[in-house]
Amino acid sequence: MATQHSRTAARFMISPAVIVLLGWMLIPLGMTIYFSFLFYNLLQPGQESFAGWMNYRFFLTDPSFLDAIQNTLLLVGGVLVITSVGGILLALLLDQPIWGQGIVRILVIAPFFVMPTVSALVWKNMFMNPVNGLFAFFAKNLGFQPIDFFAHVPLASIIGIVSWQWLPFATLILLTAVQSLDSEQLEAAEMDGAGALNRFFYIILPHLARAITVVILIQTIFLLSIFAEILVTTNGGPGTATTNLTFLVYIQSLLQFDVGGGSAGGVIAIILANIVAIFLMRMIGKNLDI
Amino acid sequence: MARAVTTQRKIAFTAAAWLIGLLIFFPILWTFLTSFKTEGEAIASPPSFLFFDWNLSAYEAVNERSDYPKHFFNSVVISFGSTALALLIAIPAAWSMAFVPAKRTKDVLMWMLSTKMLPPVGVLIPIYLIFRDTGLLDTRLGLVIILTLINLPIIIWMLFTYFREIPGEILEAARMDGASLKSEILHVLTPMAVPGIASTVLLNVILAWNEAFWTLNLTAANAAPLTAFIASFSSPEGLFYAKLSAASTMAIAPILIVGWFSQKQLVRGLTFGAVK
Amino acid sequence: MGRITLNQVTKSFGDVNVIPPLDLEIDEGEFVVFVGPSGCGKSTLLRLIAGLEDVTSGRIDIDGQDATALPPAKRQLAMVFQSYALYPHMSVRKNIAFPLKMAKMDKAEIDRRVGNAAKVLNLSDYIDRRPGQLSGGQRQRVAIGRAIVREPAAFLFDEPLSNLDAALRVGMRLEISELHNRLKTTMVYVTHDQVEAMTMADKIVVLNAGVIEQVGSPLELYRSPRNTFVAGFIGSPKMNLFGEAEAAKHNAATMGVRPEHIQVSAESGDWKGTVGVAEHLGSDTFFHVHDTGLADDPITVRAGGEVSLHNGDTVYLTPEADKVHRFDADGARIA
Repeated sequence: MATQHSRTAARFMISPAVIVLLGWMLIPLGMTIYFSFLFYNLLQPGQESFAGWMNYRFFLTDPSFLDAIQNTLLLVGGVLVITSVGGILLALLLDQPIWGQGIVRILVIAPFFVMPTVSALVWKNMFMNPVNGLFAFFAKNLGFQPIDFFAHVPLASIIGIVSWQWLPFATLILLTAVQSLDSEQLEAAEMDGAGALNRFFYIILPHLARAITVVILIQTIFLLSIFAEILVTTNGGPGTATTNLTFLVYIQSLLQFDVGGGSAGGVIAIILANIVAIFLMRMIGKNLDI
Repeated sequence: MARAVTTQRKIAFTAAAWLIGLLIFFPILWTFLTSFKTEGEAIASPPSFLFFDWNLSAYEAVNERSDYPKHFFNSVVISFGSTALALLIAIPAAWSMAFVPAKRTKDVLMWMLSTKMLPPVGVLIPIYLIFRDTGLLDTRLGLVIILTLINLPIIIWMLFTYFREIPGEILEAARMDGASLKSEILHVLTPMAVPGIASTVLLNVILAWNEAFWTLNLTAANAAPLTAFIASFSSPEGLFYAKLSAASTMAIAPILIVGWFSQKQLVRGLTFGAVK
Repeated sequence: MGRITLNQVTKSFGDVNVIPPLDLEIDEGEFVVFVGPSGCGKSTLLRLIAGLEDVTSGRIDIDGQDATALPPAKRQLAMVFQSYALYPHMSVRKNIAFPLKMAKMDKAEIDRRVGNAAKVLNLSDYIDRRPGQLSGGQRQRVAIGRAIVREPAAFLFDEPLSNLDAALRVGMRLEISELHNRLKTTMVYVTHDQVEAMTMADKIVVLNAGVIEQVGSPLELYRSPRNTFVAGFIGSPKMNLFGEAEAAKHNAATMGVRPEHIQVSAESGDWKGTVGVAEHLGSDTFFHVHDTGLADDPITVRAGGEVSLHNGDTVYLTPEADKVHRFDADGARIA
């Protein structure tokens, strides 16, 4: 509802953002699609030739591709489950009357501010190292054989590190949501005879639906392109045990200089991300009224 | 009326909350403590928590080996530069969508957010080649541009949710009072939106500070920010715990402190206004 | 200064036609009230005059000049909004000074005018506070102050009292009326409250679904409503309207009698009924009389302050013959 004058102004004001984002979306994307149909290696400049679907065939039939898909799903799914469930429990705990709530909140949120390269290196070396790590020390003291985390459970280790980074985010958002719950609603449910578990499932959990949506949406965006944590800990290995799709494309293009193959991988990553995105957009479209 | 809380209950919850809080915080604390140890003490078994010979030798070693101030400066330029540039583009766009909504506003917003779903790796090669050919590789300007682009959708969305809470009548009042569009945005909208803009800035500085895909792939020595500085410790220096800890502490301390002070503003921003 | 003419003005939002072609003349110095139920288009009409919305077709003249395409800032009008729309980040002084600053007036003149406005509106003690620290009534006065400093051609009020509590509303009503008497500037005032319309207006414009039902002074509307809509809308409690047999006796499709124009008697009268709820206000008593055979709804009757009739009593009602309103099948008044 406005005048023609302000509508014209509005169109003018929004155009820089639209142009910039459209350019960002179309130009590199167009180039990626174009390269994906070329034999193009940076080590052999000037020898580009049309490849048809060859790059896609190689990429899709590469056994590491299926591993990468599986690893990506496990990584995203594992972290989402751990942080959502952990976040809800932690939010409920922090919502209780406790002494020093402000300080506890500060402690809990801290990992969110730690850059991925730091957290990965600190966890890998100072905690998970099988010789000098703190975990190894505790294991030895308790009479167990120390676990070589990155050799035996590499993906789980990375899931653990990433969950540590994202748990604060989930907790903080869910805590805000829990605190906004009208206590009269809970009291009414209690008067109606609902026990603690029923109150959780019928009142608290539905109230948290929007917040959980936000947590899943934002985390998925970031988790799909986890890169630095893998780069500084395992480099995708051992074998392909911790290679996710992002890392596979990175290996193909910047380590093997295979622009064509890497681009085909990039296009596939985009298609898969879009499938996820459609689901997510449906979800937020429903849960976030704009 | 809240019910009376028994002291026992409160003690139990307090203990549990503090225990979990300390566990979550422990890796950071441990890194901080280790940074003041010597390499020998850092791997001593049993490890000592507080009673060791506090010294700065690890910091000195790190500073000798690498140019921390340069990387710090790069991080500051890249994170603040990209945030400022994105704000410049985002404020007018968010104003349009919040105060002159059209039929397609919701679609435009969704589309903008969907560009954030574009996996960076899908466009890594073109960006790498464009940067190589335009000389933007390993420059601060190049990273400012990239981080502006990747954070723009989030900034627009956050500002939109903040602006939408400002009653349109106030802007109409300004129009009736004879304000031009420029005065309306400059004298009325922006001052009213300061808290929202501040938390948008904070969140994006943090996201840009910690961004570790583009900063690792598009920089070498010259423009490398702290993320890349730390990555250079991955091996074999990673085994020198004291130095690793000192470098890590220096990399995360600035943003951790900023984050702690602004955590309340951050939460609102992070939820895209969906959780009050 | 302050003559506003609307000529064949229409407004649609998409396919929805909110205001069909409409003509209206607002004279210099008049206090005009737009009144109607919510959704009748009265606020839209005000926003069209303000320039906050474009007209779909038609023409708006202000002081003889075509203002149809002028942006709000250029129309020389000041507006007081329902939510007051004060700038929360500015002090009272800066709020009131804002339009003058936008007009690039010099500092001394701004200070003089703001000082005057604050004095007139009793705001001098709060002049350096922020709107958040003021009560509803004080905020309202700041909004009015911001409007009067510009010395506009006309004031527009968009339901300015609806956010105030009842006692304050009566006080502010008086203040706005007094302001009008003093400034003699045209005022256009939108409300859904017919009491506000009756007490403040020189001229009332009754709107229904975007159409002007009647324009006239408060008493004209009270005495001779042009149709059943106006008859039912103006006056409190509402006029009793009923049709069928009783109306046919008066050669009308619908007849109406105001509650205050019905005589009540315990012994005899034209109509007989049973007392339902009785509302004793002290000065007046309102009876809801059931089973009169006139209409399904109870008939409302006003009686003196201390009439002792109770729930279940039988009463007799007699309308005052010269105060009966008659309407035809289309709802239009029969003279």
